[in-house]
Amino acid sequence: MSDPRAQILGSLRRALGREAPAADIAAGLERRLAEHPANLVPRRTDLPGAALIDLFVRMAEAVSTTVDRVPDAAAVPASVAEYLARHNLPTEIVMAPDPALDAIPWDSRPLLAITRGRAQGDDAASLTGAFAGIAETGTLMLLSGPGHPTTLNFLPDTHVVVLRASQVVGPYEEAWRRLRARADGGMPRTVNLVTGPSRTGDIELKIQLGAHGPRRLHIVLIDDAPRP
Amino acid sequence: MDAPASRPTCRVGLFVTCLVDFFRPTVGFAAVKLLEAAGCTVIVPPQTCCGQPAYNSGDRAAARRVARGVLDAFADVDYVVAPSGSCAGMLREHYPELFADEPEVALAAQRLAKRSWELVSFLVDVRGMTRVDARFAGTVTYHDSCSGLRELGVKEQPRTLLAGVQGLSLAELPGAEICCGFGGTFCVKYPAISDRMVTDKAEDVRATGAGTLLAGDMGCLLNIAGKLSRLGAPVAVRHVAEVLADMADGPPIGAPGRG
Amino acid sequence: MQATSRAFKENAGAALNDPRLQRALGNLRTGFQERRRAAVAGLPEFERLRDEGRAIKDHTLANLDWYLERWEANVRAAGGHVHWCRTAAEARDAILGICRAVGARSMTKGKSMIAEEIALNGFLAEHGIEPVETDLGEYIIQLRDEPPSHIIAPAIHLTRDDVEATFREHHDELPAGRPLAEPRQLTDEARAMLRRKFLAADVGLTGANFLVAETGSSIIVTNEGNGDLTQTLPKVHIVLASLEKVVPTLEDAATILRLLARSATGQEFSSYTTISTGPRRPEDLDGPEQYHVVLLDNGRSAMLGTEFQDMLRCIRCSACLNHCPVYSAVGGHAYGWVYPGPMGAVLTPGLIGVEEAGHLPNASTFCGRCESVCPMKIPLPKMMRHWRERQVERGLAPAVARWGIGLWAFLAARPALYGLAARLGAGLLGRLGRRRGRFGSLPLAGGWTDVRDLPAPEGGTFRDRWAARRRQGGR
Repeated sequence: MSDPRAQILGSLRRALGREAPAADIAAGLERRLAEHPANLVPRRTDLPGAALIDLFVRMAEAVSTTVDRVPDAAAVPASVAEYLARHNLPTEIVMAPDPALDAIPWDSRPLLAITRGRAQGDDAASLTGAFAGIAETGTLMLLSGPGHPTTLNFLPDTHVVVLRASQVVGPYEEAWRRLRARADGGMPRTVNLVTGPSRTGDIELKIQLGAHGPRRLHIVLIDDAPRP
Repeated sequence: MDAPASRPTCRVGLFVTCLVDFFRPTVGFAAVKLLEAAGCTVIVPPQTCCGQPAYNSGDRAAARRVARGVLDAFADVDYVVAPSGSCAGMLREHYPELFADEPEVALAAQRLAKRSWELVSFLVDVRGMTRVDARFAGTVTYHDSCSGLRELGVKEQPRTLLAGVQGLSLAELPGAEICCGFGGTFCVKYPAISDRMVTDKAEDVRATGAGTLLAGDMGCLLNIAGKLSRLGAPVAVRHVAEVLADMADGPPIGAPGRG
Repeated sequence: MQATSRAFKENAGAALNDPRLQRALGNLRTGFQERRRAAVAGLPEFERLRDEGRAIKDHTLANLDWYLERWEANVRAAGGHVHWCRTAAEARDAILGICRAVGARSMTKGKSMIAEEIALNGFLAEHGIEPVETDLGEYIIQLRDEPPSHIIAPAIHLTRDDVEATFREHHDELPAGRPLAEPRQLTDEARAMLRRKFLAADVGLTGANFLVAETGSSIIVTNEGNGDLTQTLPKVHIVLASLEKVVPTLEDAATILRLLARSATGQEFSSYTTISTGPRRPEDLDGPEQYHVVLLDNGRSAMLGTEFQDMLRCIRCSACLNHCPVYSAVGGHAYGWVYPGPMGAVLTPGLIGVEEAGHLPNASTFCGRCESVCPMKIPLPKMMRHWRERQVERGLAPAVARWGIGLWAFLAARPALYGLAARLGAGLLGRLGRRRGRFGSLPLAGGWTDVRDLPAPEGGTFRDRWAARRRQGGR
């Protein structure tokens, strides 16, 4: 009994007063993992489509994310260029190698100097897509993968995210559902739920943005969702 | 005082509490007056203490010895009412746990628990009292004693009845839900920490500008009154029952006596 | 970490007489309590979610072995490694082994209370590996060589002035005349200093708020993004987690996440909630090549099945600290070990022994505010009382207190005798105190009268006066 794993599991089982869960209990545990039933879901997101998008925007703005709503993908380059100009940021931006982003007509803004890849320590601004927007708390759901290096979410001072209204869901549970429904099924290395820019309250509980991650988080929201 | 005729009469055993018995009998008589106004017959069985000092010191055996006496003494009343959230909480919330491993006593403890009430919440929640016949000229502030507030949900009931006292105005106490630092034996085991807590409480009381502090528990009242007088703050301290029963004409807690 | 919990009283006395500390602690009321209240008010389902959160944890604890095995299998399936460790020493060795295997020279660290529990930093430094705390608060106290005084705001015992002085002393390569008066400037300076460390680190170590059995994932919650840089940039990511962190599914994690930030900082949701599952995939452009979980028991399995099991529901949100009047008075260092406040008063005796930490469960008024704000509805006062019971059972309670309670209980079980004693006492004190109405000092009552007056009894007990009234034919 010198194996720590066996000893720990043994002491847990002694404390629980049994060797293994009874068959019917074990079946229930299997079912819980397989069916992953939702617990109580707050009603905050019980909203029709357009109102849900509005909630997402409102919640995001409440945590200092900025949002620019544009009618279609063709309007994205101008929105991004104007955002960078408004904040006196350089026009160089490192972009996720994401086919969906490549489909945006960046040529319309030739002054934007776009490189594709992961972020390095000195990149000023990044541009990525997102897997979902979660209206409940104005949260972005970002999945790591070849089309979305995680460093883009954290190293640059400014993170710009292109999100489609059709990607906005209500509660976290709906985001999990979409996550599980992806073509390849499994979990990516990282799921980043991002709610506003980086912040800290470690000095006298006074909130400062940009502790280690981005100081600015900006969403360009493409209004592609059908209006009810 | 209003006492709708349709209510059944009830026999209430007054659990005086050891602190009221020793320090402030007036509170006991105020409780009797209020209970009778609410249509109850009040009896006072032989009693000492609820056992909380032993229970909270980790001495369950001693706590049980004391608590057994309470179970016996109050076996045949309809309700047990205490002018204290702390003692009522002990009877109501902790007796069943104290006797959980003694099945023959546990049932009696559970029966007692269901019938045990803090005075003001009993008047309002059980007897439906909505106003009292009392006068009190001046501004008071109110401290919510911890056990009454968090174990028994005593919050609105005293305010409801105080609102009907003629001449009285209530200035709410900032941090009214924060402990005063009494804590039974805590206040003598950790006097420095207790001192900080009661000093903060006394300063909050003083800042309201109220002439009188009220609360529903003698432990807190002795603690806060003692600190206010040590600080030389001119704030009178009384149990809320004294005001509600229109018996607030004697000296406040910690003030010189008559004669 | 060497415990100083035995010296709680002395620690507390020093804290109460430290005006800078007292000023810093003054931030709790507005900084945490009011923000939490607003956040809770903004979610009508909050109370019901507390019940659900408690049920999730209770269910998981009742099947903890099963869920841990399932979680472990899923970690392995995702390419990760699990290291089961019974003790702090085993966990330290496991971490050192992982570091040595990759020739690591520096380790960035996200906030981890368990790293404090196993005293990791000193151990790594002894073995030639530089530990770098990256949470701003942890970074500040690492420079000062102090332990954290709070679970989520480790430097809450410090003022802005303290931080400025610390940075000026330790960042001596920077110009002496640089402006550092604003929290903004201090934050920027730490960001710049730590950015280099992030990029250079060989290993990144984070804690975990949850382990998810369904997916084999670990979840961390931060606001700064330091945990994400810690786990994304180095070659190796080590997760240091205790075994009660496991939950069944992502749905269960979501429920508890709704409680966590609101209870902790009063946010709707923290800035970064990160779900990590295994090392980088072959086609990924970044992320660690190795993913390890060091899974620590260190006394927790011994709490399962006892009256302290409910403590294993704790999600380390710190609401109990933030609302505790004792914590607010003395701060976290007084508690003398890793975990302060009410949760520490219950957990610490469980982990280092009630002999060592006996003061902690006693230094409570049982005001119950901790339990009332605990998102997991942990009955903290009740468990502190259970520790007091253990002390009495083992003869650890102070003799004076035992005798006092014994004498009192002897009287209290005998109403006639008790009534006589009360009559004599109340009569005597009533007469002595009649003129002033109070006592400024009294023999044997120094614990009371050193800091406050003792109001004098009215004179004559209620029971005597009641009996007299009945004899006179009154009511």
